[in-house]
Amino acid sequence: MEFKFTETQDKLRAEVRSFLEEELKHGSFEPSNDAWIDGYSKEFSRKVGAKGWIGTIWPKGYGGKEWSFVDRLIITEELLRFGAPVAYHWMSDRQCGPCVIAYGSDEQRKDILPRIIKGEVSFALGMSEPDSGSDLASLQTRAVETEDAFIINGQKIWTSGAHEADYIYLVARTDPDVPKHKGISEFIVDLKLPGITVKPIVDMMNSHHFNEVYFDSVRVPKSALVGERNRGWYQIAVQLDYERSGLERIMSPYPMFHMMLDLARQEPVLYNNPEVRHKLTDLVVKFEVGRLLIYRVAWTLSQGRVPNFESAMAKIYGTAFEQHLSHMATQVLGLSGQLMEDSRWAPLRGLASRSYLFCAGATLRGGTSEILRNIVALRGLGLPSQ
Amino acid sequence: MDLSLSEDQEMLRKMARDFLANECPKTLVREMEEDEKGYSPELWAKMAEQGWTGLPFPEKYGGVGYSFLDLAVLLEEMGRACLPGPYFSTVVLAGGAIMEAGSEEQKQKLLGEISEGKLIATLALTEPSASYKANDIQVTAAAEGGGHVINGTKLFVPDANVADVMVVVARTGGQGAEGLTLFLVDPKASGVSITQLKTIASDKLCEVTFDKVKVGQDAVLGEVGKGWPMVETVLQKAAVAKCAEMVGGAQQVLEMTVNYSKERVQFGRPIGSFQAIQHHCANMAIDVDGSRFISYQAAWMLSEGMPSTKEVAMAKSWTSDAYRRLTALGHQVHGGIGFTKDHDMQLYYRRAKAAEVTFGDGDFHRDVVASEIGLPDPA
Repeated sequence: MEFKFTETQDKLRAEVRSFLEEELKHGSFEPSNDAWIDGYSKEFSRKVGAKGWIGTIWPKGYGGKEWSFVDRLIITEELLRFGAPVAYHWMSDRQCGPCVIAYGSDEQRKDILPRIIKGEVSFALGMSEPDSGSDLASLQTRAVETEDAFIINGQKIWTSGAHEADYIYLVARTDPDVPKHKGISEFIVDLKLPGITVKPIVDMMNSHHFNEVYFDSVRVPKSALVGERNRGWYQIAVQLDYERSGLERIMSPYPMFHMMLDLARQEPVLYNNPEVRHKLTDLVVKFEVGRLLIYRVAWTLSQGRVPNFESAMAKIYGTAFEQHLSHMATQVLGLSGQLMEDSRWAPLRGLASRSYLFCAGATLRGGTSEILRNIVALRGLGLPSQ
Repeated sequence: MDLSLSEDQEMLRKMARDFLANECPKTLVREMEEDEKGYSPELWAKMAEQGWTGLPFPEKYGGVGYSFLDLAVLLEEMGRACLPGPYFSTVVLAGGAIMEAGSEEQKQKLLGEISEGKLIATLALTEPSASYKANDIQVTAAAEGGGHVINGTKLFVPDANVADVMVVVARTGGQGAEGLTLFLVDPKASGVSITQLKTIASDKLCEVTFDKVKVGQDAVLGEVGKGWPMVETVLQKAAVAKCAEMVGGAQQVLEMTVNYSKERVQFGRPIGSFQAIQHHCANMAIDVDGSRFISYQAAWMLSEGMPSTKEVAMAKSWTSDAYRRLTALGHQVHGGIGFTKDHDMQLYYRRAKAAEVTFGDGDFHRDVVASEIGLPDPA
């Protein structure tokens, strides 16, 4: 056992930090919660790309560095800690790129991967539909193969960043006449194609990162198919393990957490209150446990094993922590805990109340905690499905 | 970063698991709960033969020279098996204190005898105040005729009923952490009386009273008045060692519960196929793994000799709560049968509570975390 990083990894962390401190100094961003979801900045993502911090785990042949998953986690941990605007490249780096590497054609790899690595291309994830949430395999969006193309019709929902992204990584039904898991395929679809309409969904923070995406006879070239036709469901499973494996599942409100602790160190009314001390120290302990559960996922991946229940476990834990943290922070701030970001009097720049609203979705997006508990029970503990 | 055990540790773990499965069945655990001594001398001798009683001590003192992390691996298996007896008191507590504070001569003699399985020892630290703070040590040792005279009452002293020697923390002067001294005291010495307490885990915690107990100059372990820092080190290791035991118990409770939910049939199907039960089990699994990583992180840091006050406190505060929470869920899944004396669940449920409150509970350690993260002391 070794609960520390190599010297090279410590150096990497220091480099990422000093880059971010420099950027902060120049005012290129303001630390924000959830910035991996709604902090869009092409410019910032390009800078991260230029530093060489996207696609680090990928094979060298595709422009990667073949670094370990733990290395990648160190980079993302610092980006999240600083609340940097990384949404533009986040999904591409985390799961779309790896999927293209695993299942894509050489043509797709050559086309997409170098652009992801430079931070020049953004993906949205086209999975959920109005009638297909947790039961993702029931999805109805159709892709009909013609002689020279696929024609896509249907609707996706909860598509974060579709209004900013260049492509949508689309999951659609290619065979309606077989059991539902066996007729699904994956596509990379250019969001500028005719027939695609992106409509905003405004959430309870009054903010827009979710969208509905409509496909009306959208004609995509055959080369858009990723991997094998009708094998999409099995390709997705791996993608979802990546999706659930990162520190963003516990660090979304980290900038607020950090500010909250700082405030408590300064304010006698906070640090003299035993209840507040209890709440905050409990959060510190819980955060550390979550961090270890997530590092365990990266470590498992770095050993060449698939974290098929470990990532579910980490996400259940981490997102519950985020909600608990947001609740505790608003509670500790009392009356002021309700003040929103634009209020003059809002403590912590209003990030606590923001976090309280935003985090309601944390245990839903990317697999609800209920579905994930099923995964832990079935895959991790071997409990019977019926 | 490496979250796996080494090959040697895996081997130790396997050997310990097999050994305890054979030598420490639950029948023995139950028998020892009722037993006056609370341990099997025969098993103790076998454990000594395995090298367990000398596991963490340097070879030059007759030990095996394994690391604290290795010891944690063994303790995890002991927690899994609910091993009864004075291993923890002898090796972790008294052995730890002797390692920290003892003179070369004391280490040679005492650690050698412990390693051979010939000496059972314990640490007499806490008192009726039930506190782990230096301020609350009130047992006194007054200098007299070249030696000391000890007076007062120690409470919650584990295995004093069978110990050959006790390391007693007593006040030789001063206040707070100043002026505390460690003494080696023979439990059979005149003026020492020992009464077993009736406890939730049916372990052998004792009240030990000292009525003008005379000890010689050679009874001092370390230096007069300088004992507390040594106690603090022992307590840090003891807290994490207790975490390791809890991780072992927690893992076993999870496995028992998962197995039961696969076998128990209601409504025509195994209850483990119901999501309500699956979710309880998933929550238990998260608590087990969380406890494992936070505990082993602290054990690794202690093993490496790194400053780890915060990590130790985080480990004990989390694991204390998680183990208790997990045994409660285990009971919920087991239904009525788990509540019976004949079922093994209750062995763990009771031990989880005892482990929670020993060496500082969640609140105690969260206080430590508070200073570690820089919250000023409250007014």
